Amino acid sequence: MASRSISLWKSIDWVAIIIYLLLITCGWFSVCGASYDYGNPDFLDFSTRAGKQLVWIVCSFGIGFVLLMLEDKLFDMFSYFIYIGMLLLLLVTIFIAPDVKGSRSWLQLGPVSLQPAEFAKFATALALAKYMNSYSFSINKLRHFVGLLAIIMVPMILIIMQRETGSALVYLAFFLVLYREGMSGTVLFLGLCAVLYFIIGIRFSELFIAETPTPLGEFVVLCLILLFTASMLWVYQRKWLLVRNILGVSVLTLGLSFLVSEYVYEFNLVWILWALCIGAACYLFYLYLSQRFLSYALIGLFTITSIGFLYSCDYVFNKVLEPHQQIRIKVVLGMEEDLSGAGYNVNQSKIAIGSGGLTGKGFLNGTQTKLKYVPEQDTDFIFCTVGEEQGFVGASIVLLLFLILILRLIALSERQHGTFGRVYGYSVVSIFLFHLFINIGMVLGLTPVIGIPLPFFSYGGSSLWGFSILLFIFLRIDAGRSRR
Amino acid sequence: MAKDYLLEKRKFVIGGIAVFIVLTYILRLLVLQVMTDDYKKNADSNAFLKKTQYPSRGAIYDRNGKLLVFNQPAYDITIVPNEITQLDTTDLCKTLNITPAFFLKRMLDIRDRKQNPGYSKYTHQVFMTQLSAAECGVFQEKLFRFPGFYIQRRTIRQYTYNVAAHALGDIGEVSMRDIEEDDYYVRGDYIGKQGVEKSYEKYLRGEKGVEILLRDAHGRIQGHYKNGIYDKVPIPGKDITLSLDVELQTLGEKLMHGKMGSIVAIEPETGEILCFVSAPSYDPMAMVGRQRGKNHLELEKDPLKPLFNRPLMAAYPPGSTFKTAQGMIFLQEGIVNENTTFPCYHGFVVPGLRVGCHAHPSPIPFMPALSTSCNSYFCWGLYRMIDNKKYGSSAKALTVWKDHMVSMGFGYKLGVDLPGEKRGLIPNAQFYDKIYGKGRWGGLRIIHTSIGQGEILLTPVQMANLAATIANRGHFITPHIVKKIQHDQLDSLYRFPRYTTISPQYYDLVVKGMRGAVVGTAYGATCRGANLPDIEVCGKTGTAQNKGKDHSIFMGFAPMNKPKIAIAVYVENAGFGATWAVPIASVLMEKYLKGTLSPERMKTVDEISNTNLIQYGFKEY
Repeated sequence: MASRSISLWKSIDWVAIIIYLLLITCGWFSVCGASYDYGNPDFLDFSTRAGKQLVWIVCSFGIGFVLLMLEDKLFDMFSYFIYIGMLLLLLVTIFIAPDVKGSRSWLQLGPVSLQPAEFAKFATALALAKYMNSYSFSINKLRHFVGLLAIIMVPMILIIMQRETGSALVYLAFFLVLYREGMSGTVLFLGLCAVLYFIIGIRFSELFIAETPTPLGEFVVLCLILLFTASMLWVYQRKWLLVRNILGVSVLTLGLSFLVSEYVYEFNLVWILWALCIGAACYLFYLYLSQRFLSYALIGLFTITSIGFLYSCDYVFNKVLEPHQQIRIKVVLGMEEDLSGAGYNVNQSKIAIGSGGLTGKGFLNGTQTKLKYVPEQDTDFIFCTVGEEQGFVGASIVLLLFLILILRLIALSERQHGTFGRVYGYSVVSIFLFHLFINIGMVLGLTPVIGIPLPFFSYGGSSLWGFSILLFIFLRIDAGRSRR
Repeated sequence: MAKDYLLEKRKFVIGGIAVFIVLTYILRLLVLQVMTDDYKKNADSNAFLKKTQYPSRGAIYDRNGKLLVFNQPAYDITIVPNEITQLDTTDLCKTLNITPAFFLKRMLDIRDRKQNPGYSKYTHQVFMTQLSAAECGVFQEKLFRFPGFYIQRRTIRQYTYNVAAHALGDIGEVSMRDIEEDDYYVRGDYIGKQGVEKSYEKYLRGEKGVEILLRDAHGRIQGHYKNGIYDKVPIPGKDITLSLDVELQTLGEKLMHGKMGSIVAIEPETGEILCFVSAPSYDPMAMVGRQRGKNHLELEKDPLKPLFNRPLMAAYPPGSTFKTAQGMIFLQEGIVNENTTFPCYHGFVVPGLRVGCHAHPSPIPFMPALSTSCNSYFCWGLYRMIDNKKYGSSAKALTVWKDHMVSMGFGYKLGVDLPGEKRGLIPNAQFYDKIYGKGRWGGLRIIHTSIGQGEILLTPVQMANLAATIANRGHFITPHIVKKIQHDQLDSLYRFPRYTTISPQYYDLVVKGMRGAVVGTAYGATCRGANLPDIEVCGKTGTAQNKGKDHSIFMGFAPMNKPKIAIAVYVENAGFGATWAVPIASVLMEKYLKGTLSPERMKTVDEISNTNLIQYGFKEY
């Protein structure tokens, strides 16, 4: 027993633990700053948020310690049980949770309330790891891929049913894991394309190119579609001639039509691009029929789908989305300044961060967060406090700590001997990365306001414990790698 | 399970994404926090509510400690545009008793950065000013219904006597220029606009204080910033004691009722102005409250120009009163002496020129000439001086003459502690060169100067100061209207005497001449009406010719030895000096020196007061 303990302490990754401790400490001070009450400045008073958070922190140390003490095989063994148990808990929550601001995600257990959605992440990660670790698993088999999708989607749907769309979106992060495990990069690429088309199409939909009747948004997106089509041909078929043909014809035609439009008769260049895209797609289908390479058909399909997507985006945005959702998106895209409504949080958060300057106002000296100008300042908008009180220097250090942790976890994942450990490790990486991306992005006004916490910073026991469990299970698995 | 090394490369993609995100965010932080300070300013206006604490303005007393001007609470309504939500305009207009059109105009004006450069939707903007306690009370009750509206307690001026409007002046809202010139002021502040309120603004206003309050997102006050170490307590303005005697002032204004002109009385020993009447005048209360603008416009349009501060700003030809100054220069320069006589046969007559005079024995020596106001004598004097060979040229002679005049306080602003003083006019050689050509003029050309006509212009204050200088036998202290500032000292200008270039012995001769004018001489006298049975009054009348009827002027002092009061009275278009100016001055001197007036004299006062000279004078134009 003693020798096992010694080897365990030796093989634990102390770098990750130290960063974890640093982040949690910074997080606690931020919560102190954010929830500071002029009437009750005692942080250790357990009725204050700072005091409570301290309790959660101590508890999560306990949880972490217990997890490290457990046998690492247990996680592998019980992962499906944990996963199914968690799914049941999520399901039950929908029915028994009280309605808090429209969300039914909080379980009341005596004095504390827990959010099962935060714990479902590590359970899903375990199930995913277990499933991919199974013998004869191949991500390229449709049956297995559907299985993976099911593991990811079921908790996601349950959480959406709890009306916690933000938390549900986190599960999209698992696609990064799938990518690492062999899912075609095309999927990520297509996702990226969709986001690009959407953003550019909506953002510039009301702008026109220099007093011509050509709408800028559509023009740019259609050009991108042509460019992507050509580059896919290059990546998947390595047919330089084809790429040259498509791009050459496009550039020539566009140039000519531009001249005509400028000097002879003004018309909408989008029509030309349409013709070019459809021409390219037809050409690819022709190539498929004549040469029987499926890729040609798929690339042609990509071109057509892209065009379809562009216009359906427009339709969805204007007709399907609710006005308040439209506004949120418009605010993020900088098309609208709605400082009293959807833009208020983001504007106040930018003011708070911006007022911090290079070195910040100092601990507890932030005025914006303390006077409650920033809503959700100790939960989702906690990073404001860091920005205001610690300034550019402090905020950058926190960001870099997160980056180091993520890079370290990637390295740890890669050194796992088994798929189980690696998949689980990448799950942790992806979840942290997604939270970091969305949470800090929204505080900085770069991503839409999606209410998800910043790991180790945001006030709240559930999220803190959830992230701690997520991390410590991986550290335990990692510590046990040498015995495999 | 074997490792797939092709897939392992994907760790770089994932790591790359992480690095890219973090670097992008750090760049964004750099832009937000380091590259601009817009957000910092924004944050301050968010969090700090700077609440101005207005000091009480200093009170104003008369020389005997009688309260003249004090403060009364009034209420301003301010708005913080950012905080106005769901405003029931109809209700607001009804409560404040304003029209919706007025409301809309005010809101537009407030937002107009041209009119209101300090506009910010986060700070207090003045919406309405000077509501009475009653008006404000109604609003106060409903205040909770109008978020973003605030009541700011201010003070406005109140007057215990409705006299001395020109001396006291008034306060009004600061103009754009005031704000530009002194950043102490912000829109909606009050500043002295005229009179003592303006010239002693810095003493009277005190120092604004400020409370820096922390305000949370809901507009609730969370206490003082850093426990108030940056707060400033307002410092109340200093009280000011005027040298005016309010009873004398009241009497003076009563006497000048129905007349145009001015009265200035000075205590010779100190230069303190005892009485400062500008007629026609107005009630100082007209300049208080929200009606100020309207009243001000009305007074401005009045053809009699009641806003015109005549004692300081009206430059009149001094007429015969000026002979005193002329005579002293001739004596000082040795042109004449006590016994020099000049002939006068109903005037100063040389070929091509005649300055008329009244009937009196001839030839006539200096003192009687002054007493009886012989034009001839002083024409001869000036003629002899300007054309005297000892100066080299007329121009040089005039320069000597002018320097004496300037030393007596003419031709330049005296430096009275009231705004708007004019300098009058004492012509110099260049002045005449310009009119007649260089060297082409002499004593005869400018002979009217000798009797205070022609180009010479004096303000009533300068004339009163001449009386005071003569009373002092050769020196004066710059006339001033403020006697004392609480916890502060007067400017040295008002504490130390200025000496003229004339020897005191010549002043004695002039004094005797002025005494003669009152009590009479063998050669005649001009102002017997100024004589008082038990006070030795010295005086000199003047009758200044001008476009309309002559101005009636008196300048004098009493008693002859140890004078207590020097006075100049100027009644426009009223005829001979002896007719109106003399009795007015006489009553005032008696009142000041004796404290009361006999019932007989009170009758004279009423008679004078009830005489309207304006109508008549006006027809002449």
